[in-house]
Amino acid sequence: MESVTPILEFNKTCVSYTKQTMAVKYVSAAIDRNSITAIMGPSGCGKSTLLRAVNLMHNLYPNIRVDGEILLNGENILSMEPIDVRRRVGMVFQRPAPFPTMSIYDNVLSGYALNGVRLSKTEKDETVEHCLKSVALWDEVKDVLNKKGTFLSGGQQQRLCIARALAMKPDILLMDEPTSALDPIATAHIEELMQELQKEVTILIVTHNMGQAMRISSKSMFMYLGELVEYGDTATMFSNPSDERTKAYLTGKMG
Amino acid sequence: MNKLKIRNRLAKDKALLWVVCLLAAFTAVPLFAILGEVFLRGYDQLSFSFFTEPTPTAYKAMKAIEAGEPIPGGIANGIVGTMLMLGMAAVAAIPIGILCGAFLAENSKNRFAQTVSYLTDLLQGTPSVIIGIVVYIWVVVPMKGYSAIAGSVALFIMMLPLIIRSTEETLKILPASLKEAGLALGGNRARVMLKVQLPAAFGGIFTGVLLAISRVIGETAPLMFTALGCSFIRFAIDKPISAVPLLIWEFFNDPNLQELIWGASLFLLLFVLTLNITAKYLAKKWNQ
Repeated sequence: MESVTPILEFNKTCVSYTKQTMAVKYVSAAIDRNSITAIMGPSGCGKSTLLRAVNLMHNLYPNIRVDGEILLNGENILSMEPIDVRRRVGMVFQRPAPFPTMSIYDNVLSGYALNGVRLSKTEKDETVEHCLKSVALWDEVKDVLNKKGTFLSGGQQQRLCIARALAMKPDILLMDEPTSALDPIATAHIEELMQELQKEVTILIVTHNMGQAMRISSKSMFMYLGELVEYGDTATMFSNPSDERTKAYLTGKMG
Repeated sequence: MNKLKIRNRLAKDKALLWVVCLLAAFTAVPLFAILGEVFLRGYDQLSFSFFTEPTPTAYKAMKAIEAGEPIPGGIANGIVGTMLMLGMAAVAAIPIGILCGAFLAENSKNRFAQTVSYLTDLLQGTPSVIIGIVVYIWVVVPMKGYSAIAGSVALFIMMLPLIIRSTEETLKILPASLKEAGLALGGNRARVMLKVQLPAAFGGIFTGVLLAISRVIGETAPLMFTALGCSFIRFAIDKPISAVPLLIWEFFNDPNLQELIWGASLFLLLFVLTLNITAKYLAKKWNQ
């Protein structure tokens, strides 16, 4: 496994919202291909900020600065066009956000519509079926594909959003606390799904839920006050954290 | 001892509540008084021919009055003129207003956008009579005559800030996640705006357009300088044309036609109320 080239590499990545304060400080880490990596840490530690740097979401807000390097297959995304980066890096948000005016069918294909890519009817049908099957939603919605996406339950909506991201065949899928707005059963569904999906795509997930990190991820990052405190095998980190701060967080003394 | 005090306080509370309710009810009085007045005076003038026939000449009206018959004719020339000018104004103001509103909502921190936003407010506050006289100089003088075009330019200028503002406000209250989700899929800002944000804001924007129409449909002053008026049904856009509020003013000034005032007023009032109620209903439905 060690010989695999990292699909994503943070190299002294810094993010600052104002000139004085840095939300993410000199994070360096390499992410393994086809794995699930969890980013943990207490609220405000910069984990979502780091995640959102990967698909250049910070570019939307002129005050935010991102420094250092983030390498996607060896190429620094900070000097790439946001549109290119975002086609290769999918994102699933905390609150399920299917496009409210689009049908389930159109939601899955929305990435193509938003990129101005035209597909034939068969390509469309195949993409929709394939993506909805890979998020285990096909059997539940195949008869109501023309209904609005917002008509689904929260968990189904989130799976629809994952399908929508997968439709663009991204190299990496970023997930920002994707289950925090869901009930335990829907959460279990999504976790199961992620285990399956890592065969196709590399997943980087921000989670508040330590149990979730332990169940699904092979590696974990622990962040505190914008610093990457510890990064390594999830199992090792949970059983034998090398840093006192990680230990304090994992044992519930902090956060 | 203490009981008495509490009873006293409760009584005061109740009294205050009654006063507040009474004052609140009082604000509804003018509306119902106006509705009642216009309805009682105008309802017997409404007939099929009132909507299909143009204004009678003063001579015909005089003859009818002498013979003790109801005044013939109606306000069809005004309805056609109002619809024609509103239509032209809306066709221009809706796309321009929506695009401008989208720009303002997306760039609220940009200096240029802030200036435009401020100017929009000023435009909205400009007295309509001034818009009328300026459009007279801009359009009526160069075209050497009053026209439906000139009238629709004036209405366009009045509608524009209303549509810009409602579009901007509606887009601003959409959850940021919607736009971010669109951009995260690789869409550029224009496509995300057109395919995600504007469709999601449709209800609010449509409501704003209806309110803008209902706001300008009753404008009289700017049309006096631009459309002037016309006593027969006309579809030409380069000629003087009538409008319902203009007719009300004309009827008021012609002793022979005064009976038609209330029918025209009732029509205008009901039309505006319908637009407003529809807009409110749609806004409510859209918010759910």
